[in-house]
Amino acid sequence: MSDSGAPRLAVLKTYKLYIGGAFPRSESGRSYLVTDHKGRFLANAALASRKDARDAVAAARKAFSGWSAATPYNRGQVLYRVAELMEGRRAQFAAEVRAAEGLGARQAENMIDAAIDRWVWYAGWTDKIAQVRGASNPVAGPYFNFSLPEPTGVVAVLAPQASSLLGFVSVVAPALVAGNTVVALASESFPLPAISLSEVLATSDVPAGVVNVLTGRTAEIAPWLASHMDVNAIDLAGAPEPLADDLAVAAADNLKRVVRLEGQDWAPAPGLERMTRYLETKTVWHPVGT
Amino acid sequence: MPKFEYAPAPESRAIVSIKESYGLFIGGEFTPGVDGRAFKTISPASEEVLAEVTEAGPADVDRAVTAARKAYQDIWSGLPAAARGKYLFRIARIVQERARELAVLESLDNGKPIRESRDVDIPLVAAHFFYHAGWADKLEYAGYGPAPRPLGVAGQVIPWNFPLLMLAWKIAPALACGNTVVLKPAETTPLTALTFAEICQQADLPPGVVNIVTGAGETGRALVAHPGIDKVAFTGSTEVGKEIARACAPTRKKVTLELGGKAANIVFEDAPIDQAVEGIVNGIFFNQGHVCCAGSRLLVQESVYEQVVASLQRRLATLRLGDPLDKNTDVGAINSADQLAKIRELSLVGEAEGAQRWSPPCELPVKGFWFPPTVFTGVSQAHRIAREEIFGPVLSVLTFRTPAEAVEKANNTPYGLSAGVWTEKGSLILWMASRLRAGVVWANTFNKFDPTSPFGGYKESGYGREGGRHGLEAYLDV
Repeated sequence: MSDSGAPRLAVLKTYKLYIGGAFPRSESGRSYLVTDHKGRFLANAALASRKDARDAVAAARKAFSGWSAATPYNRGQVLYRVAELMEGRRAQFAAEVRAAEGLGARQAENMIDAAIDRWVWYAGWTDKIAQVRGASNPVAGPYFNFSLPEPTGVVAVLAPQASSLLGFVSVVAPALVAGNTVVALASESFPLPAISLSEVLATSDVPAGVVNVLTGRTAEIAPWLASHMDVNAIDLAGAPEPLADDLAVAAADNLKRVVRLEGQDWAPAPGLERMTRYLETKTVWHPVGT
Repeated sequence: MPKFEYAPAPESRAIVSIKESYGLFIGGEFTPGVDGRAFKTISPASEEVLAEVTEAGPADVDRAVTAARKAYQDIWSGLPAAARGKYLFRIARIVQERARELAVLESLDNGKPIRESRDVDIPLVAAHFFYHAGWADKLEYAGYGPAPRPLGVAGQVIPWNFPLLMLAWKIAPALACGNTVVLKPAETTPLTALTFAEICQQADLPPGVVNIVTGAGETGRALVAHPGIDKVAFTGSTEVGKEIARACAPTRKKVTLELGGKAANIVFEDAPIDQAVEGIVNGIFFNQGHVCCAGSRLLVQESVYEQVVASLQRRLATLRLGDPLDKNTDVGAINSADQLAKIRELSLVGEAEGAQRWSPPCELPVKGFWFPPTVFTGVSQAHRIAREEIFGPVLSVLTFRTPAEAVEKANNTPYGLSAGVWTEKGSLILWMASRLRAGVVWANTFNKFDPTSPFGGYKESGYGREGGRHGLEAYLDV
């Protein structure tokens, strides 16, 4: 009722974690202050704990068998659907990215365009990567022998700190192409666009647990992910330098595939590098005969 | 039935001439070590000392890396790619020319049967050089961009189970991609690598492109940690692999690791049992079970369990264990006293944990290191012999009822190097192959290798691939 003539009071969003398809608060009950680029209050984001990280890994592991066994055509459509739904929420994402990163309106628009188009690009890869990275191997004997790329498993992604949405999409989407599942730690200072993206993921046919998003302190959570024995790979994009070395050492405990690529400019076309780091090559032999 | 004994059929040792002592191969020449330390390499079948070998210290490793760097900068990186390929073709041909000599030497130093070194190891060595020779001037077509660059100097550490073959897996792709190398062979099997150094000289390979430093773990550590190398390639235990991964983590060295395994060899009830039994034997008793991808866990469908075990025991009773140089020998010597102790220890643990141990009647030679083919039945997934890599001729037998249970059990390990599937049903093979978390799946065969076929593990069996187009990635800056 607006009888009073007073302006309507906006409904603010509570930004929570995204684990196993649900949006829980941190089990620790903690939150942390997130401000815009001018230091004004934006939200109290969930401050994820070690337990939250472990729950997220468990959810990602549970989702792995289904997502990796989905047909590539199906995975492609699911990833494309993410782009479709982001398109419908352009204004929200643009506003959040502007507030976080202090971009101009035009810059923010470009950023959203690029983020959406990145989903489209990776969506198209799901049913092509096996042809590009697979092979029939001409062995010297009566055997049929072929090699196929397969997903590595559960991938922990430390999302870039500066690029809250395009950076996030650029490190999460490539892991999903071949059927990996992801635990992503959002930019510590700019976590809100990633959480809004989770809402898109939750409603866009991405199965629960395929992407899990944590918000909180990189220095607190990243070591748990790097040393977790059920995580198969880790992308250190969002780890500051001295920490990245420690994380890479911890990752050796179960021989995680460590992705540590140069560069934090997410605008250029990504190439195959990130996508192929989360692939294992499986080679199958069978005799040929009558 | 009359029993006909085999007459001894030893391959002649006269074809090899082993020197009394060997230096390090650095910059194209054999040179003494800086601190004059040496160790002996023995024949594990007789404990006879074969030669004295230089133990490279950090200063020697440094000299080798410097030589490799110089060769990379001054010669190798400026050479036309086709010329690199031609050197590798030359090496392949010389390996073929000296194949019998290399086979005898390998069997002497390693203990493996001449039948295997002659028919498997050395032919594959030549094939690896021949295959990669052809890649040298075609890298722009390999799918890694229009002008893929080499990494620089590769430090390579290899194991004792396939000494010269592992050298080939390491050196052939490294050189084809334009890198130079420093390679450390295992301390118990250095002789074929040192003979390979002579082959490099015969091929007139530019000095410093290949450097061989002999030694044990300390030498390997010095090589891996050397700041002058750009690439580390290691084949060996998962434990050491993790140590290397940690040591290289803060550096920008590219690392590939080919590590341990605990492969499941899965036999379904509709499998051709006789063929499967041959595959089981080949899977675990090939090379005395000193194979990272050995089929050390036999998973048999319950309905054919008794039939498979009975056939397997009958077949094992026909295996001939003894002199590696005898052409009739199936099972050679365990490579070292240390390895024998490990195999004995885990076998005792198997008994203590309640599994039933069986070996065929088998007389072991008095001298040397020997272990009979051994089968454990009544093994559960919790037993250490079902979880840990034994790296010897010891098979653990487990059972399953459904394909899903077979997959579950096969994947229930931190390793993921290889797996075997035996069934006549094609759709089941492909279903299993897609669900087994392992880098190589052999269906109705086992332990097959080829230079065109990528090899390497999932999970804690390491990362990177060797062989095929995929294997090139390990030696290119991509």
